[in-house]
Amino acid sequence: MAARFHRPDPRRTVVLGIAGGLTAVFLSAIGMVEEFIKRSLVDPEVVLGYVTIALVPFVFAYVVARPPPVREGIAPVRPGPLTLAAGAVAGLLTASVVSLFVVITTEVNVRGVLQNVSPPLLETLTFHRGVGQGVVWLLVGGTLIGAGGAAVHLIPARYRRPVVLAVVWVLIFGLLQVLIAQIFRGLKVGDTVNPFLYKGSRGLTIHGAITVWIAAFLIALSLEGQREAMRRRLAEATPAVRRNYMLVGLAVALLILAVTPQILGNFLSEVLDLAGIFLLMALGLNIVVGYAGLLDLGYVAFFAVGAYTGAVLTSPSSPEWNPAFTFWAAIPFIMVAAALAGIIVGTPVLRMRGDYLAIVTLGFGEIARILFLSDALKPYFGGAQGIIRVPNISIGPVEFVTSQDFFYIIYALAIVLIYVSWALQHSRVGRAWMAMREDETVAEVMGVNIVAAKLQAFIIGAILASLGGALFAHKIGSIFPHSFNIVVSITVLMCVIVGGMGSIPGVILGAIVLVGAPELLREFSEFKFLLYGALLIFMMQMKPEGLIPSRQRAQELHQDEAAQDAWLRREALGDTEPEPAK
Amino acid sequence: MSAQPLLQIRNLSKAFGGLMAIQELDFHVNKDEIVSLIGPNGAGKTTFFNLVTGMIPPDAGQIVVDGHDIVGLRPNQILERGVARTFQNVRLFPNMTVLENVLIGQHTRTGTGPVGAILRTPAFRRQEEQAVEKAKETLAFFGSRLVGYRFDQPANVLSYANRRRLEIARAMASEPKLLLLDEPTAGMNPRETAELTELVAKLRDEQGFTICLIEHDMRVVGRVSDRVVVLDYGTKIAEGSYHEVANDERVVEAYLGTKAGKAAS
Ligand SMILES: Nc1ncnc2c1ncn2[C@@H]1O[C@H](COP(=O)(O)OP(=O)(O)OP(=O)(O)O)[C@@H](O)[C@H]1O
Ligand SMILES: [Mg+2]
Repeated sequence: MAARFHRPDPRRTVVLGIAGGLTAVFLSAIGMVEEFIKRSLVDPEVVLGYVTIALVPFVFAYVVARPPPVREGIAPVRPGPLTLAAGAVAGLLTASVVSLFVVITTEVNVRGVLQNVSPPLLETLTFHRGVGQGVVWLLVGGTLIGAGGAAVHLIPARYRRPVVLAVVWVLIFGLLQVLIAQIFRGLKVGDTVNPFLYKGSRGLTIHGAITVWIAAFLIALSLEGQREAMRRRLAEATPAVRRNYMLVGLAVALLILAVTPQILGNFLSEVLDLAGIFLLMALGLNIVVGYAGLLDLGYVAFFAVGAYTGAVLTSPSSPEWNPAFTFWAAIPFIMVAAALAGIIVGTPVLRMRGDYLAIVTLGFGEIARILFLSDALKPYFGGAQGIIRVPNISIGPVEFVTSQDFFYIIYALAIVLIYVSWALQHSRVGRAWMAMREDETVAEVMGVNIVAAKLQAFIIGAILASLGGALFAHKIGSIFPHSFNIVVSITVLMCVIVGGMGSIPGVILGAIVLVGAPELLREFSEFKFLLYGALLIFMMQMKPEGLIPSRQRAQELHQDEAAQDAWLRREALGDTEPEPAK
Repeated sequence: MSAQPLLQIRNLSKAFGGLMAIQELDFHVNKDEIVSLIGPNGAGKTTFFNLVTGMIPPDAGQIVVDGHDIVGLRPNQILERGVARTFQNVRLFPNMTVLENVLIGQHTRTGTGPVGAILRTPAFRRQEEQAVEKAKETLAFFGSRLVGYRFDQPANVLSYANRRRLEIARAMASEPKLLLLDEPTAGMNPRETAELTELVAKLRDEQGFTICLIEHDMRVVGRVSDRVVVLDYGTKIAEGSYHEVANDERVVEAYLGTKAGKAAS
């Protein structure tokens, strides 16, 4: 059957075009565009502010022009001239909404309500050419960008991903200049590579950007198609071979971890340390939420218990009682304290489900903070003054002082906790948790002791978080109650949800990206929670199983549904299957 | 026949608001028996299973399993005493693999905790290996349908009939004395139904389970039952062999209009 050209739905085109316009106006009105305009990605012209606002019509037009997926039995639909037209229309509509916004706000001062809608913003949006000429530029630009977004579909399938990926890499190189330049310096090639790629701190040079694009394109192109083959090879490998792959992978990972702090230097190690501490917590919360399905919104309580127990036991100036233990001697006590906290939080919520559980744990999180802040416990925990002079960690004569040193401790512990998570997941205990998560009633009918399983999850989750908390105390050197607020709970939960509930690689990625990236991208920090929120909505709509779903196997097997259907057909036709021996 | 029935119900009652779902029911299942529980829709059959497995508490009455009253025990404790069930509307753990689903059945028959799992103690490894071995053996009971590449597939990709089979396997894996099957052939095609009927017989003859079965398909009931109990509006209206019950006037009356056609066929 001959392929038909795709005819994008006109109504959808209009709706999405206007939605794009509103999105762009929103981003402008909250001050994001103005904030980002100072950040140059590629010198001289490509600044983050314009990239952000240009991405809006681009992405919306891309969505508008996307042909329906190819399905068996339905004639395939190819992108054609109308694809481009629809993209252009959507882009034009987006630009029109922005233009309207510009015109209105030039006439009417809305700064009383929207304080970010300032003359500089309007100048930015009109490219410093005045309203009249600026609007023309906006409309022309929007149309072209919209057409560009749609044109992505016209790129032959084989090249589409590499082309787009390469552009994304250019943006990443521009955005993460600090990180990438430092990596080159760490690898001792910074003196030659960096001046070529970057222009001072003003982003990539033009030839640098082109080089990055070409390199990324070629790499992506050569890897395209390899992915499938690699996955197949892995799936078909015998357990012994797969074990070897795993060992090699592990060795490489360890090697990279070993040199990372040296390459990244102090500041970036600091960023990774913070991400690592959140990773420790996220691994713990992954057990509670990801495996056992217990939505804990007050997880910071356990982090605080670990930090305070560690601080009280090790700091020579902790009030009232200061045994001044070493970190290592304090660990067992920290774990016991955390286990007790786990029992305290876990017991009252044993028979609760879902939303109730979430709300009660939320309360516990706040209670913990308020207790540590309270006057009543001030003799033990120092109230608002907290506990200072938490000593550095040392192993024998070696003291871990800098963030580079700390990196090793944090990530060594992370490796241990990753192993613990994995071991639990693949055990009787882990299976009971997962069964409870899937269907608590049935799990109990099938013999799972719900009380024990929940308490185990709370206790183990609490211990993991407390270890993170103790490291946090030693790293910062002093702790105060206000460090343990709900935002920590929410951030950890974000790491787990965005990464992929119940998926260890997902949680690792989640912590590194959600905690590490905002530290690197200072411009974003003001909009961190806005972006978190947007990301959460996006994930829940598009990819609720997370970035790296825990059952990748399951996904692979979804693709095997054809094979399964064939098998079902065979069954329906009445094959003669061997019965079990009589 | 042993002196004491495996399951002995006395004077069991359960009301939902004003609705008497089970009324003063006396019931027993002897060891090695296959008892079918039939009755029109809403007769209280599933409610009866829910009561026996501790999912809902009875208002009155005794449920004695192997000489011990189990009223008030948690469902997992009742499973430990040897009562396992399947569900009318299949309730597997959809995102867990076929093998993991069956392994959950063995939860109470195994015992390592978190520490053993983390340290991977020899005892843990041995138990895990045995459990997997046993799970595979259990699945092999259903021929080649749930073995091989199926082990690692999530339960939600299985066909409907296979889900029902897997649910039975999960219950079998808990080594129950009494197996409660709630409409095991519902939604199956005639060929699958016939096959499962044979398997139900085998569950008793070869695997040694005592079975209480809820079933609407009278051919299945007729083929496997030693005894049939008929419920209507929560009370027992007839009991006896399949032929006695099928010709009982009250039963025919209770079924009239609804299941009469099926009962006759
Ligand atoms: N948890 C509950 N709360 C309130 N009413 C219930 C509950 N469970 C069952 N019922 C009611 O009790 C009666 C018996 O239901 P039950 O599910 O036991 O019937 P059944 O014999 O299994 O019917 P079917 O053949 O349709 O499965 C029905 O009227 C049902 O609506
Ligand atoms: Mg029922």
